[in-house]
Amino acid sequence: MSTDMRTTASTCCYCGVGCGVLIEHDGERIHNVAGDPEHPANHGRLCSKGSTLHLTGDRDARARYPELRLGKTLARSRCDWDAVLEHAASVFAETIAEHGPDSVAFYVSGQLLTEDYYAFNKLARALVGTNNIDSNSRLCMSSAVVGYKRSLGADAPPCSYEDLEQADVVLIAGSNMAYAHPVLFRRLEAAKAARPGMQVIVVDPRRTDTAELADLHLALRPGSDVALFHGLLHLLLREGWTDRAFIAAHTEGFAALEALVRDFTPARVAELCGIRVEQLLACARMIGLAPSLLSLWCMGLNQSTAGSAKNSALINLHLATGQIGRPGTGPFSLTGQPNAMGGRETGTLANLLPGHRDAADLAHRAEVAAYWGVERLPQTPGLTAVELFEAVRDGRIKALWIACTNPAQSLPDQARIHEALAACPFVVVQEAFATTETCRHADLLLPAASWGEKEGTVTNSERRISPVRAAIPAPGEARPDWAIACDFARRLERRLRPGQPSLFAFERAEQLYDEYRPLTAGRDLDYSGLSRALLERLGPQQWPFRLASGQGTPRLYADGRFPTESGRARFVADAFRLPAEGPDADFPLILNSGRLRDQWHGMSRTGTAARLFGHVEQALLGLHPDDLACQGLADGDLVRVRSRRASLVLPVQADASLQPGQAFLPMHWGDRFLAGLGVNALSSPACDPLSRQPELKHAAVAVERIDLSWQFFALVEGPVQRHLDALRPLFDGFAYASFALAGRERAALVIRAAAATAPPAALLEAIDRRLGLLQGPVLAYDDPRRGVGKRVRLQDGRLLALRLAGETAARDWLKGVWERGSVEADLRRWLLAPLSAPPGATLAADPTLCNCLNVGRGAVCAGIARGLDLDGLKRTLGCGTSCGSCVPEIKRLLVQQPLAESA
Amino acid sequence: MNRPRLVVIGNGMAGVRTLEELLALAPALYDITVFGAEPHPNYNRILLSPVLAGEQGFADIVLNDLEWYRHHGIDLRLGRQVVRIDRARRRVIADDGSEAEYDRLLIATGSSPFILPVPGNELDGVIGYRDIADTQAMLEAARTHRHAVVVGGGLLGLEAANGLARRGMQVTVVHLGEWLLERQLDRTAGELLQQTLQARGLTFRLAAQTEALLDDGQGRVAALRLASGETLPAELVVMAAGIRPNAGLAEAAGLPCARGILVDDTLQTFDPRIYAVGECASHRGVAYGLVAPLYEQARVCANHLARLGHVRYPGSVTATRLKVTGIELFSAGDFSGADGSETITLSDPFEGVYKKLVIKDDVLVGACLYGDTADSAWYLRQLREGQRIGEVRDLLMFGALAPAAAGEVAP
Repeated sequence: MSTDMRTTASTCCYCGVGCGVLIEHDGERIHNVAGDPEHPANHGRLCSKGSTLHLTGDRDARARYPELRLGKTLARSRCDWDAVLEHAASVFAETIAEHGPDSVAFYVSGQLLTEDYYAFNKLARALVGTNNIDSNSRLCMSSAVVGYKRSLGADAPPCSYEDLEQADVVLIAGSNMAYAHPVLFRRLEAAKAARPGMQVIVVDPRRTDTAELADLHLALRPGSDVALFHGLLHLLLREGWTDRAFIAAHTEGFAALEALVRDFTPARVAELCGIRVEQLLACARMIGLAPSLLSLWCMGLNQSTAGSAKNSALINLHLATGQIGRPGTGPFSLTGQPNAMGGRETGTLANLLPGHRDAADLAHRAEVAAYWGVERLPQTPGLTAVELFEAVRDGRIKALWIACTNPAQSLPDQARIHEALAACPFVVVQEAFATTETCRHADLLLPAASWGEKEGTVTNSERRISPVRAAIPAPGEARPDWAIACDFARRLERRLRPGQPSLFAFERAEQLYDEYRPLTAGRDLDYSGLSRALLERLGPQQWPFRLASGQGTPRLYADGRFPTESGRARFVADAFRLPAEGPDADFPLILNSGRLRDQWHGMSRTGTAARLFGHVEQALLGLHPDDLACQGLADGDLVRVRSRRASLVLPVQADASLQPGQAFLPMHWGDRFLAGLGVNALSSPACDPLSRQPELKHAAVAVERIDLSWQFFALVEGPVQRHLDALRPLFDGFAYASFALAGRERAALVIRAAAATAPPAALLEAIDRRLGLLQGPVLAYDDPRRGVGKRVRLQDGRLLALRLAGETAARDWLKGVWERGSVEADLRRWLLAPLSAPPGATLAADPTLCNCLNVGRGAVCAGIARGLDLDGLKRTLGCGTSCGSCVPEIKRLLVQQPLAESA
Repeated sequence: MNRPRLVVIGNGMAGVRTLEELLALAPALYDITVFGAEPHPNYNRILLSPVLAGEQGFADIVLNDLEWYRHHGIDLRLGRQVVRIDRARRRVIADDGSEAEYDRLLIATGSSPFILPVPGNELDGVIGYRDIADTQAMLEAARTHRHAVVVGGGLLGLEAANGLARRGMQVTVVHLGEWLLERQLDRTAGELLQQTLQARGLTFRLAAQTEALLDDGQGRVAALRLASGETLPAELVVMAAGIRPNAGLAEAAGLPCARGILVDDTLQTFDPRIYAVGECASHRGVAYGLVAPLYEQARVCANHLARLGHVRYPGSVTATRLKVTGIELFSAGDFSGADGSETITLSDPFEGVYKKLVIKDDVLVGACLYGDTADSAWYLRQLREGQRIGEVRDLLMFGALAPAAAGEVAP
């Protein structure tokens, strides 16, 4: 270990909480991370993902050099930056010349920094002259954008995290913040513990860890949120719990809404939402009598064909009760990505322009064009994510630039996305991780610097701008995203604007920030007053931060004035509409999606840290136990789950947190980890009419048993990413194939697969070769007639690799043997036997519950059985004492276990 | 004294074991006479290898001492070789002219080593490996000479080779097959065995044909020449290239023979007064060379000699063990994996374990274990019982304890 250890303060790259992290490094490698006690978002806390950032540095997963291919059937080969960017500029210039500026498109990411966004926006709109620049925030926050803009006049969450501590009633709708925004959830838990009078309402079809904190959990029918909010307003009106004075003074459009909600009677709403009338009444009472009401929401509202309506319907409640603009109040959208807010600010959605402007607004276009010194900005509306890839597929888009996002995992209806990418004449992928599904389709792969390696700023959910700082150099020839965009832009300029001064003369990230900042002046988000120097001096600041005021703004609309033309907030009276796909006889279940506690997005980063697979190690389809029983299915059985678009094969898991009729699949598993194009092969591309956000959380599916009697399990220690790269293609022909990492100090790749019949011997041999099981000190068992073959490689008394084919009964305890390290002599003779547990021993696989302290679920259950309570468990096992992400689950076990024992 | 007379030709393991069984069933039924060509009482021929290897002495391997014969009133005629059977007069004539009349005759003449028909096979120092005399000759050679060649890499040859090596000789095994014990082991197990024996100092020439034995000019063998032209120094050559049933006596007496004396399921020959057991007998086309079948035959034959007549001999599922210390090897049934059969294999190179099971029509028909033979008796029972294996197929390789181990975790 180097003695020259330094600390660099930066911001976490996962969710929109925007926690400050202190990076411990030696200038070459990041050795550890810690929460920044000075940062107002987290006060030193980190969640299970943030606290393991230093474990996600596997260089094998990284793109390190530019790679180019000149034909779709060729492999990419390494080239130099100069050559590849010249080539890209030529292709883009030629395409624009031949087919017009709207024949090219940029698809970027909520994980880019504000400076990166600005560069891409200027590149697309000012230089290329297209509005075809959209972001994966389209899948995440665009309904919230529409909601805020329609209801309040600007895309600005009016609250601060401090409101969590000050609210009397907190309404959490469509958010499993215990998993998605753990550090905020910790704040909420602490606040509720300190002020037991605080009431928490959770609206979620699933009984999530978040719901465990709730005083009232409304397990509503998926997609019925608008009916619920209208029904609540109906009751607020009936009981006289609205704030007539506020409505009169600060809002408009209430009459239409009042008329609309008249029909949302409690009985009807209870029916529509699948809840009891008493629950609805209880909820209305809590809201109506709340001294202060804070609402928090996330993808449950946004990822919907009624996403905009849901957002506005929720905001309606705040306006009707006057619960906005005061401490502990307000409609507070939780942002999914670390800088989706920055993307919205810089105009990085097809319909936006920098400074919260609209691309459709002539005056806004003129303002920005003038600032940039170009004649005009394009008028043609840009394509939003789903439409954009449809245009790629049908050939309208001929050159596509993708940066820092993985559409071949994250967009709905993946078969079409893969078709589109395969058909597109020129695909540029600018990526830090070469392992993403999208990289497979790259004609040009550009290596990007990633977290810990680049400079810039991000804005979190509470409008707080924080610096992101570099601690170590990027690997290989990787460069910051803004630098790549600007380098390319300068080359394209020479072709499109020969002889004119460059629009992209940026050498440092700060220059981009400085050029961008004045574009916010006079707008709702105005942070023209916050220079980088000031940011450094004052620390993270909340916008608006006007030049005149010289300080940030914790809370908006305290004066009851809203950034609309009339200065009044608007009630939005949207009808209740059902989701695009209802359950029917052919597709009787509704598939929901969401996060796992320890994974993030498409797993390009979290998928490099073996430890983060400890909590949930494979893709499982959750179904209510009754639905399993109905079909005669048992936990772990393989099923084919079909939607109208595709089908996937994976194991089922009994999940009592679901309602009957609902299925759940974590959003993270892409084709790299789950063969069959991953979970979004199933999801629906139907979009909200206003926000164009797809309904990723609501697809009708059918589940049927699939009999794949030939089962496969393999585990190999060593360079996991290289193993995965080499082995993954060999499993394309399997009906089921799932990949995961395992381990803590040592990492291994774990493969689970199944097929109707045994694969050809040559394929198995190729797999064995890669697993290191073809030769050498390998235990072998073969029954070719049954298609059963098993291999175990031992070295120095340790298990290094194993492969079970045909039958895999011993997989779990063999994995346990690997995790423990040594193989006991008396176990040896059973290593290849078809036993689901080793004779005499208790080596059952134990999923990790507390990832920080590595405490298994079994150990916690045993502790509970001994009579330990939460504090006792924390004291004796240490679980839940670090990041706290596992505490809700421990609490649930504490509640469940005595019941399980008395049953 | 009007008891019927039983004459036994052959004082080896099969004949005497039959007498033991008979005496247990009907102690005083017969007047018994036994002719033995060797000057020894019945000894355990199987344990000659440990004697050769120096692990046991001759006294240790005697099965029935002279007192036993006396106790049972048996007329034991040692050192007498029967030269003729006179079926018409129901008597046998020995090489010293003595005779014995019989009411029942039991032929248990065993087998003889096959001596390769190559030039020099009559030289001094060229021996088979069959009896105490051969063993003594080998021990003598080991004291006085350095190089030995064993022709034949079967069970007997390897035991001889191992014993000679243990006695300090440099031993090369010349084997016609491509691997050792090719009738008992598959190639993998044969190669594992070869590696083990090589580690113990033995040398092998496989797929090698003996062309001639060369003399030292004084009537003793000095070398062995292979068809490849290679010449191996050899002051001792042990022929262990197979055995021939000693059926000449019976054949000359007009009993039908075909690589052994033909017997039915009661071990009776064509002549109802005459029985044959052991290596000289051919039952359903098989002449067994292993001890377990001989004992099974002895039990059935004794039952009929005792006039009980209610058991039959259906043939044996044979099992092989190599009597070389530290080498665990077991083979039984049809392990070749021929038409219509399926094999299951397991190998553990760390422990030097290799196992192969052969299944046909859902029944275990063969097993070959190397390195770990703890479950051999269990497999042999499975083979003999011929039960359908059905659902335990996947557990079969893991032996007698596996079903219980699986049961422990079954719901």
